[in-house]
Amino acid sequence: MITVTTTSSSTRAKRGGEGKPLLSIRDFKVEYRTGSGATVQAVRGVDLDLFPGESVALVGESGCGKTTLGLGLLRLLPRLGHASGQVTFNRGDGTEIDILGLDGRDLRQFRWRDAAMVFQGAMNAFNPVLKIRAHMHDTMRAHTKFTKQEIEDRAGELLRLVRLEPSRVMDSYPHELSGGMRQRVLIAMSLLLEPEVLILDEPTTALDILTQRSVVDVLHEVRERLGFSMIFISHDLSLAAELADRVATMYAGRIIETGGVRDMFYRPRHPYTLGLIKAVPPIVGDLPDMESIPGGPPSLAALPPGCTFNPRCKYATEECKEEDPPLLPITDEPGDAHEAACIHWKDVHLQREVPSDLGNAS
Amino acid sequence: MSALEKSPETAGRAPLMTLGGVSQVFHTKAGPIRAVDNINLSVNPGEVLCLVGESGSGKTTAARMAAGLARPSSGEVAFEGTDIWALKRDDFTNFRRSVQYVHQDPYASLNPTRTIQQTITAPLLKHGVVKSKKAAAERAVELLTKVDLTPAENYLSKYPHQLSGGQRQRVAVARALTLDPKLIIADESTSMLDVSIRISVLAMLGRLRDDLGVGFLFITHDLAIAKYFGWHGKTAVMYLGRIVEFGPTPKIINAPTHPYTRALIDAIPEPDPDLTKTKGRESLRSLEIPSLAHLPSGCTFHPRCPLFEDGLCDGAVPELVTIRSGQSAACHVVARDGVAALDDEARSDEPRA
Ligand SMILES: Nc1ncnc2c1ncn2[C@@H]1O[C@H](COP(=O)(O)OP(=O)(O)OP(=O)(O)O)[C@@H](O)[C@H]1O
Ligand SMILES: Nc1ncnc2c1ncn2[C@@H]1O[C@H](COP(=O)(O)OP(=O)(O)O)[C@@H](O)[C@H]1O
Ligand code: SF4
Ligand code: SF4
Ligand SMILES: [Mg+2]
Ligand SMILES: [Mg+2]
Repeated sequence: MITVTTTSSSTRAKRGGEGKPLLSIRDFKVEYRTGSGATVQAVRGVDLDLFPGESVALVGESGCGKTTLGLGLLRLLPRLGHASGQVTFNRGDGTEIDILGLDGRDLRQFRWRDAAMVFQGAMNAFNPVLKIRAHMHDTMRAHTKFTKQEIEDRAGELLRLVRLEPSRVMDSYPHELSGGMRQRVLIAMSLLLEPEVLILDEPTTALDILTQRSVVDVLHEVRERLGFSMIFISHDLSLAAELADRVATMYAGRIIETGGVRDMFYRPRHPYTLGLIKAVPPIVGDLPDMESIPGGPPSLAALPPGCTFNPRCKYATEECKEEDPPLLPITDEPGDAHEAACIHWKDVHLQREVPSDLGNAS
Repeated sequence: MSALEKSPETAGRAPLMTLGGVSQVFHTKAGPIRAVDNINLSVNPGEVLCLVGESGSGKTTAARMAAGLARPSSGEVAFEGTDIWALKRDDFTNFRRSVQYVHQDPYASLNPTRTIQQTITAPLLKHGVVKSKKAAAERAVELLTKVDLTPAENYLSKYPHQLSGGQRQRVAVARALTLDPKLIIADESTSMLDVSIRISVLAMLGRLRDDLGVGFLFITHDLAIAKYFGWHGKTAVMYLGRIVEFGPTPKIINAPTHPYTRALIDAIPEPDPDLTKTKGRESLRSLEIPSLAHLPSGCTFHPRCPLFEDGLCDGAVPELVTIRSGQSAACHVVARDGVAALDDEARSDEPRA
């Protein structure tokens, strides 16, 4: 008998960074070969822990290395990409897996059963000549000994979980579905083998707002039901505010600030995170004061010396050109796990109106 | 009051552009579709009119008619009071110069084989705006400076592929400015830009609006962007080819009346974790957007609308009528019950603008 495991997040996972991390990433690097022997470092030494049941958002401008990090973690980089460092996956049964050392069958197992990814640009993830049914069956047959009927049942269950009607969707070709439906099919497919980690790359970008809302609501629901952990990549900060327990900001291939979602949005301490937040207009309330970040991210081939953000940073001093600051713990506020890679973090404060009835809980 | 009627503060000024009862019908395999169905809009000099709605709602089709790039199937497009399709050839050319269209994707609209200097000087020379190549080059520097590409000399010899998305969009705007337009139609012009860059491009457009008095037909699916750019102007919300709500932008954003506008605004996540998690959201009855080839009867939003009333909503097509001062909506229930139909404590009735 097959049922979708509906272990609540509290039994399968403790939220909020307790216990042993599910995924532990240390000094993770990705290089791309760009021809004639040259390489660029798209990810430059990332440390990140993903705890059971947790949802971490990776935010940052285009080209900061978010997708590359996600692909690298699941060993899905294109041929010219090379990952190094240490990525450990702690299975529920106590086994530790060195992801960068996996190959062959173990790697395939890891990819769907332990961790799965929903890619940026939903259409490309499907084979256009196969119906959704074939996609579901192929995935399950490659990884399980399920019978046809068992696969049908399982696929149907997951499709209903993402609020799709299996009888209609299973017999459709990808192009016959709307963007939002395709995105939800992908989420259902990625959950077929009950992975403990789901990586979603821009899950709602390019979707209309009402469709985006339905995908976000579905993500809330399935996460509540299935209790998996997720890393989701988005340049939309509002989405991070809604879906993340923790946020990590990437800039020029590094994580430059990380902390709980409330710390990051109400008390960002890296000028780049602060700049991103100030550039997003809220929808409720009066016309806000907006500010943009001057310039754009640096070319990976010619990073500025010292802190890579210094040419755009209004807090920059001469000292900032000397070395690229490591992540430093923010020590002047309660709680831990808030870190920023800025030597002047003590001077960085967000001035903003927090709605008075909401702003005091911590 | 209709969308065409002027609010008191603009009553003195003649509108730059009006769309009067304009429709566009496309003949497709599935049969004729009304991509734009009988819309009325007007833009005044130096003012912003935002056109918002989901993809396929007819925004681009309406904008192309406003720009004179497509002829309406019926209705009138007037520029400074004159029907553009009744203009003599020279006058039509003048109209086309006065109204510039800035596309969503600057990469597709800039010629990849031309340098930035050539891109900007070509229209100047072609239309005889300047007399010499030297004067054209000087004007190019001025225009690049105006769109914050400074020092301009660094950009003149570059090709579009050597620029970032934001820089390319600035070049597209600089090119649009070569002929001193009175109206800029910006169709999703900032949608492809990163958040950080989007605000600076919008600030630059805002300066053109304020300093040069350029009017804007500003098209976006992002209501937060419409709010930011069009706060002092008006916003029209489109759904399946029709305008379903119209009014001053602060009212549309903070006190929407049409169930579709309300659903759009509720659906938007806020860049504030506490707020976005506690925001009240009514669910729609269906997620599917009907096809234009098979429109639902009566109010086309009825299969999805949380306020749907059997017999009323699927009967006649609701007209756009005034709900309260300056704000109109096309909804039977809101027209009948007024804002009482909305019963919403979370949302303040009057914007604090
Ligand atoms: N196959 C590749 N070969 C060479 N460089 C690459 C390759 N793929 C990505 N890069 C470079 O790596 C950097 C990071 O790219 P990545 O796609 O991870 O960014 P991202 O943060 O996901 O951006 P976006 O928000 O646009 O999706 C960029 O500078 C990009 O140009
Ligand atoms: N040239 C065309 N031929 C047929 N249908 C079209 C054409 N242009 C647009 N449409 C249709 O008209 C509708 C409105 O499109 P559009 O104006 O591009 O919407 P928006 O800009 O709001 O996304 C869509 O259903 C679209 O497919
Ligand atoms: S280290 Fe200096 S340049 Fe870098 S973010 Fe901090 S203040 Fe700015
Ligand atoms: S007319 Fe009826 S269905 Fe249409 S928006 Fe109003 S309440 Fe909803
Ligand atoms: Mg990406
Ligand atoms: Mg469009």
